[in-house]
Amino acid sequence: MALTTDDVRHIARLARVGLNEADVERYAAQLTVILDHFDALSRVPTEGLEPTAQPLPLFNVMRADEVAPSLPQKVALENAPEVEDGYFRVRAVLE
Amino acid sequence: MSDLWRLTGHEAHEGLRRREFTAVELTESVLTRVLEVEPQVHAYITVTADVALEQAREADAKYASGTATPLAGIPVAVKDLIVTKGVRTTAGSRILENFVPPYDSHVYEQLRRAGAVMVGKANMDEFAMGSSTEHSAFGPTSNPWDISLVPGGSSGGSAAAVAAGEALVALGSDTGGSIRQPAAFCGVVGLDPTYGRVSRFGIVAFGSSLDQVGPIGRDVEDVAVMLDCIAGHDPRDATSNPEPKPDFRNYLARGIEGMRIGVPKEYFVEGMEPGVRARIDESLRILEQDLGCTVDRELSLPSTEHALAVYYIIAPSEASANLARYDGVKYGFSDRTGNSMWQNMEDTRQGGFGVEVKRRIMLGTYALSAGYYDAYYVKAQKVRTLINREFQAAFERYDLIVTPTAPTVAFPIGAKLDDPYAMYLNDIYTIPASVAGLPAISVPCGESEGLPVGVQFIGNFWQEGKLLQAAYAFETAVGWANRVAEVGGSG
Repeated sequence: MALTTDDVRHIARLARVGLNEADVERYAAQLTVILDHFDALSRVPTEGLEPTAQPLPLFNVMRADEVAPSLPQKVALENAPEVEDGYFRVRAVLE
Repeated sequence: MSDLWRLTGHEAHEGLRRREFTAVELTESVLTRVLEVEPQVHAYITVTADVALEQAREADAKYASGTATPLAGIPVAVKDLIVTKGVRTTAGSRILENFVPPYDSHVYEQLRRAGAVMVGKANMDEFAMGSSTEHSAFGPTSNPWDISLVPGGSSGGSAAAVAAGEALVALGSDTGGSIRQPAAFCGVVGLDPTYGRVSRFGIVAFGSSLDQVGPIGRDVEDVAVMLDCIAGHDPRDATSNPEPKPDFRNYLARGIEGMRIGVPKEYFVEGMEPGVRARIDESLRILEQDLGCTVDRELSLPSTEHALAVYYIIAPSEASANLARYDGVKYGFSDRTGNSMWQNMEDTRQGGFGVEVKRRIMLGTYALSAGYYDAYYVKAQKVRTLINREFQAAFERYDLIVTPTAPTVAFPIGAKLDDPYAMYLNDIYTIPASVAGLPAISVPCGESEGLPVGVQFIGNFWQEGKLLQAAYAFETAVGWANRVAEVGGSG
């Protein structure tokens, strides 16, 4: 199926990825080609097959609920673009 | 003494043990080689000369006190998505250009414990998304055998460093072929372990149900030594195998007479270069006639043709979720020119991610979005089940499956950049084992057009020992192992 430029803008919005108009045009064309190649999957019979989320026969790997040291606040904030009073600082969330 | 960089890791360990040279001398030799060829090869994003020399001095102390294990003092290239405390880790992305991790990954802890020497952080396709290392935000790596060609990817820097003598061994990561395909293009050995064999703690995540760290070396023995170092249980990764790991080096010299090898006919289709095909046919003859294996070319894995689509739905879907963390808030590149948080986030991701990463985030977001989730993501997961079953049925009849690693030899830089689907087809032979979580190794099997060709051995779950056993016997019979690319340097 063909992805329209509006589809691409919608997906970019969901993914919070800014795109310029040239990107939108290019991704619409390229993603259409890629998705066309994936269409063959729809013809594979898969009735009764469980989906595989990961290849190992693992279920609910539990560990003991024990308190352990984590990164100190100062260290956790060392790579932050902006910090204020021990918090990550961002611009206004509500527009 | 000046050519110590030509040694394999196990040869260097012997020399160090016999006190023929020191770890500092070995490291200096490799660092000199890096200075000499790095302008042409660009295998590294960051060269860590000071760290390397300090670690070499520590290794020399281990040799002096008789406590050195096989990797002590051995110069290693570490793919730049393996986090290293205090050493910038970029994952090949502008968005992590200045990220200095506050902790070590499990595999780097293991290397440190073994006394290995980190030469630098190896170049890679951004977030491991690519098959040529051209999608690095820090510029492409060249193939040491011909610098106009790509080294493969995404672990192209790791493979090129080993091939060019800029490290003796390396760590890469493999999601759909990212260790094996560059190993094939660069004429080195690369192993993608069973999913769960090596802890993913501290590995920048791409596709979490597929990612595995694995070794690259100039011969099979070095790959076994590296796997012995990094494998084993780590409670910080819930998918890490709690069973004790075997001693992988023990498998090497056992011979493989009587081993049953299946060759899936679905892999011998359009797209494989004749020169690659000739090398694979020759490899199968060696396995059968020289090494006494039974080779059955009638194995059928009918769902093979769907593996590429399954992979390119599942991996981007997982990536789109994993890469949501790069929001310009907590660490990494942040564009704060706009006046709202949401605008900052979109601008940060627009400027911080490269073209292929954005393409895969878009693809994955689409496959997971309302109305398409069942048709793409769940459907791909069900076909994944089918692919797994076919492999499991095959391993009831065969010990190993043998295929080419890649359909072509290394191609020119720039040749496939404008055609993403053509680039994806590079991984057509490596993706099925990744989708099924199986271990697989690429071993050099000769040349086509003067460039290295790799053959791939795929094993059942946890059968890395058998893979290494076969790869070692094969490597010995072929006689191509342990070649260093001169790169117009000291010939």
